Amino acid sequence: MTAIRATNLSKRYGGTVAVADLSFDVEPGQVTGFLGPNGAGKSTTMRMILGLDRPSGGSVLVDGRPYHELRHPLRKVGALLDAKAVHGGRSARNHLLAIAQSNGLPASRVNEVLDAVGLREVAKRRIGGFSLGMSQRLGIAAALLGDPEILLFDEPVNGLDPDGILWIRTFMRKLAAEGRTVFVSSHLMSEMAQTADHLIVIGKGKLIADTSVEEFIGRSSQGYVRVRSPRLAEVAELIKVGELHPDHLRVTAMSTLEIGTLTARAGIPLEELTFVQPSLEAAYMELTKDSLEFTS
Amino acid sequence: MIDIFRSEWTKIRSVRSTVWTLAVTAVLMVGLGALVSAAAKGSTDEAIPAGQAAVLSLSGVMFAQLGMATLGVLVISSEYRTGGIRTSLMAVPQRMRLLTGKLVVFVGTALVVSVLASAAALVVGLAITRPASIEVGQVMEPLAGAGLYLTACGVFGLGLGTMIRHTPGALVSAIALMLVLPQVMNQIPGKWAQTAAEYFTTNAGMLVVLPGRDGSLGPWSGFGVYLAWIAVAVIAGAVLMQRRDA
Repeated sequence: MTAIRATNLSKRYGGTVAVADLSFDVEPGQVTGFLGPNGAGKSTTMRMILGLDRPSGGSVLVDGRPYHELRHPLRKVGALLDAKAVHGGRSARNHLLAIAQSNGLPASRVNEVLDAVGLREVAKRRIGGFSLGMSQRLGIAAALLGDPEILLFDEPVNGLDPDGILWIRTFMRKLAAEGRTVFVSSHLMSEMAQTADHLIVIGKGKLIADTSVEEFIGRSSQGYVRVRSPRLAEVAELIKVGELHPDHLRVTAMSTLEIGTLTARAGIPLEELTFVQPSLEAAYMELTKDSLEFTS
Repeated sequence: MIDIFRSEWTKIRSVRSTVWTLAVTAVLMVGLGALVSAAAKGSTDEAIPAGQAAVLSLSGVMFAQLGMATLGVLVISSEYRTGGIRTSLMAVPQRMRLLTGKLVVFVGTALVVSVLASAAALVVGLAITRPASIEVGQVMEPLAGAGLYLTACGVFGLGLGTMIRHTPGALVSAIALMLVLPQVMNQIPGKWAQTAAEYFTTNAGMLVVLPGRDGSLGPWSGFGVYLAWIAVAVIAGAVLMQRRDA
C-alpha cells in the first residue's frame, strides 16, 4: 500500500506560491529522497503531510487517511522536522516520555529508543546543552518511539559532522531494509545519491522528476566522450560532430570505439579517450537550473 | 484523553519555569499578606474584625495573579517559541484535544497551588492580626475565592498565550488587561465609565477576594463577569489555533 499520497497539493502564503499542484506517491521498503533547492517547498510539503500546515488546495494522505484522522499517529508515522525545536529546559527522558504518553506508548519505549540512538548516558541531561548531532539523534529517537512504518526526515544531515552524516545515512538504510517507508528531504544531490533508491525532485513548488536514481541520471543528461590530443584541431575536423573546447573535444553522437577507429586510421595520436558518465550532482543542476530561487 | 493529560502533566512538571512561577505566586501571596496584615495591626489598637483580617491576609492576590498568569502564558507560548508545538501537534493532531489537555492539567495544577498558597497566606495573616473571634465561613469563603481567582488568572494567561503565541507579547497583554487597564479605567470620571470600569476584567473578578466599593456587582457575579472575559480569550485562542498553520 502506498504510504504517502499527495494529490494536486498546493500551498500559498499570501501571494507567494510555496507548493503548486504537487502529486506524488511514496512507497514502502525504500528510501525516497525529496530533493530540491532551498525554498523549493520541501519543508512546507512535509508540514502538510503531518497536518501542521493546511493545504490551500489538493490533499495528502498518510496510509490512506489524512494525518489528523490517525488515532495514535506516532504508531504510524515518525518525523524529524527541526531537531532544535525542543524545550531546552527538559531532560531528554522527560521530553521523550511526554511524547510517548500522548500516544499511549509505554515508558519502557523511551529507554529503548534512547539505546537505539545512543543517548542513554545523557538521558537525564537538559536538552538545551545538546550539540546539534545529539539533538538530531534525540529527534530521531522521538520519531522512532511508536515503532512507525513511515518515517519522515527533513534535511536530517544539515550541519552534521561526517560521523553524524554516516550514522544517519546508515540508519535510514536500515529502516528501509526493515520494510519501512523512509521519506527524506535534502537540497544536496550528493547526499541523496548515497542514500536514496527513489527520487522526487521539486523546484519552485512544482514536481520536476519522480523516478529511480538510475533513471534520473540517464534521463536528465546524456553522457559524452572526451577526447584530448596534441593535434586536437585535426581531430575536431575529422570527427565533425564534436564540440571543441580549449583543451578537449566533447562528442555525444559517437562512441569511443568509433572515434578511436577514425583517429587511428588518420594516424592521429590521442592523449585521452573517455566516456564521461554525468554525476548525479550534474544531472540535478541541469534539472533544477530553471527553478532556483536565487541564481548566483 | 487520559493519555494527553499524562503527557501534559509530564511537560508541565519537567520545566523550571513551572516551579519558579508557582513559587513566586506563593511567596507573593504569603509575603504581601503578612506585610499588609502587620501594617494594619500596627496602625490600630483596636481588634481587627475577622472578616477584615481575612481580606487583609489575601492582599497578595493583586500581584500573585501575575505569577499565575505568567505560568498560563508559558504553558503554551513556550511551545511556540521553541517550535515544540509541532512535536505536540504531530503527536496529537486534533488541536482541540491538545488544548483541552493543556487546560485541564493547568487548571488542576494551578488550583492546588492557588488554594494552598491562599490557605498559607490566611494562616500567616490571621496569626499576625489575631482577630478576637472567627467563624469557619469567614475563612472558607475568601479561601475559595482566592484559590479560584488565581486559577482563573492563569487560565486568562493561557488563553492570551494561545491567541498571541509570542511570550513577551502575551505577558504584556496580560499585565495590561489584568493590572494596568483596570486601574486606568477606575480613574476615568463619569457614570458610564464607572460602570465600564466595574465590569473590566480583574476589577470585576477580584470582588470575590477583596470586596470593593459599592457597585452593582457582588463577589460571585463579579467573578462570573471575569470568567466571561477569560472565556472570550480562550475561545478566541482556540479558534485561531484551529485555523492557523502551526
